Amino acid sequence: MATREAAYGPQPGIRLRAESRRWSEDVVKGVLALCALVSVATTVGIVIALLEPSIEFFGEVSVVDFFSGTTWAPLFVPSSFGVLPLLAGTLNVTAVACLVAMPLGLAAAIFLSEYARPRVRQILKPSLEVLAGIPTVVFGFFALTFFTPLLQDVGIDVNVFNALSAGIVMGVMLIPTVASISEDAMAAVPRELRDGAYALGGSRLQVSTRIVVPAAISGIVASFVLAISRAIGETMIVLIAAGGIAQLTADSREPMQTMTAFIAATGIGDVPTGSIEYKTIFAVGLTLFVITLVMNVFAIRLVRKYREIYE
Amino acid sequence: MTAVPAILGRRSTGERVRGGAFYGLLVFSITVGFVLLGTLLIDVFRKGIPFLDTVLLTEPPSATPEKAGARPAILGTIYMMGLLLLMAVPVGVGTALYLEEYADRDRWYNRLLEINIQNLAAVPSIVYGILGLAFLVRGLGLGRVLLAGAMILTLLVLPIVIVSSREAIRAVPDSISQGAYALGATQWQVISRQVLPAAIPGIATGSILALARAIGETAPLLLVGALTYVAIDPTILGQFTALPIQIFQWIARPQGDFKLLAAAGIIVLLAILLVMNAGAIWLRNRYQRRW
Repeated sequence: MATREAAYGPQPGIRLRAESRRWSEDVVKGVLALCALVSVATTVGIVIALLEPSIEFFGEVSVVDFFSGTTWAPLFVPSSFGVLPLLAGTLNVTAVACLVAMPLGLAAAIFLSEYARPRVRQILKPSLEVLAGIPTVVFGFFALTFFTPLLQDVGIDVNVFNALSAGIVMGVMLIPTVASISEDAMAAVPRELRDGAYALGGSRLQVSTRIVVPAAISGIVASFVLAISRAIGETMIVLIAAGGIAQLTADSREPMQTMTAFIAATGIGDVPTGSIEYKTIFAVGLTLFVITLVMNVFAIRLVRKYREIYE
Repeated sequence: MTAVPAILGRRSTGERVRGGAFYGLLVFSITVGFVLLGTLLIDVFRKGIPFLDTVLLTEPPSATPEKAGARPAILGTIYMMGLLLLMAVPVGVGTALYLEEYADRDRWYNRLLEINIQNLAAVPSIVYGILGLAFLVRGLGLGRVLLAGAMILTLLVLPIVIVSSREAIRAVPDSISQGAYALGATQWQVISRQVLPAAIPGIATGSILALARAIGETAPLLLVGALTYVAIDPTILGQFTALPIQIFQWIARPQGDFKLLAAAGIIVLLAILLVMNAGAIWLRNRYQRRW
């Protein structure tokens, strides 16, 4: 043993450390850490950018009025700052989008994970991702100039601008989001679970729905939450296809304004800095940011959970 | 052989029908996305082809659809790509190198950094627009200029560049850096001469995809003020417009012909994205090695 150590361990008298401190190495590390700081600064910047004008805003408009008011008319005289119509618009479009994206996305994930042969999956999965790569302004154009007229042609009495068309097109856009994260979770379910169920005589339908889906449920829920979060944060489709009227209605065939569409529509105009109209952008932006942040944190936790269980 | 089905038994007809119906439902679900994609492309091409000509590529916007082009917008998008390449890629790769090669994952601030990047990736793009409006356009007094737009898009796609670069760096086998260390190389020598060169195809692929994402982005640019009427060629510190913004502007016009012009603009935008994505795939297949 002693001879081995002598052969492999450090020889006496030889120091493995660098003979002199290499300052350039520290400089490099510093520069790289500075790069990493950019994303921290981004977060801090977003929080400050949103908070400061929002605090001023809530100095002029009471928080209770903001969250319980049913009329949103910041540019009118007398103005009214009830955010509920915007929230309702967001909720409506999001609900429609989720009704499309969740079942279709989950089914697509089950197909890719449990039914498709490896070669088929290799082609289908990236092809489906193409949907996620199309700019949203293009989907907005499609919803306004093709899908809404199509709905009218099949006898659904929708307005030229409506939440239904925007929501459905957005839902299809979100199918890859749901499918890809759900499929990842299903792929992480150990083979043994499936084999055991098949050995007990389970059919493919039973194994998929009673073994794989329950085992991958945290990942599936995560994909759903991320889809909701993305639907809430999506701007261009609703700005183009859902119209610009902030009204409190549950009827998806009507025009609506979402939080994102309001921010964009107001930001386009040349509102004077410091005016109350200018500050509404930030108050609504803060509301949007907090909602999506909570959902994202939740989704990220869930994804980590299924990774811990099976990997 | 006949004994086997006898032991297992045949599935009942009801069970087989249900299995078949379920399979049909799955196939239908995965088809919906492709049908919509196909319809979208056909629709855009059908509407846009008549307006897809040299006027579109070389002329500034105009009040008459036949004379209107997207030259300033296309140039704006190209300039933006250049600036993004200069800003997003170095910072993103730098962050990835820091996280993969230097950061001690047991430290709270490094874990916080990772969580922070994950969260930033999911922040709605319009919120980045608000950041740009508050800090760059009004706070710094940069104004509604191309550079401000490019900076906001840089921050927007930074998480994507970071994540893909980290994956590329992680894929370089440890034995390569260990070998270099054994020969007495310093950490930066190992990274700059061994790890980075080996990771470049992966980094390039991820960066191109991130860039493609950025140039299709519209909402943040609206807030940074790209919607102004720009008839002259853009400059970095001047007013600007970009292709998706120009498309949005045309969609918003009430006259029907502008919608067709928007479709033509969309074809150009999709063509640029297609070239970028194809380039990324080609790069990956050509240079990416598996160890």
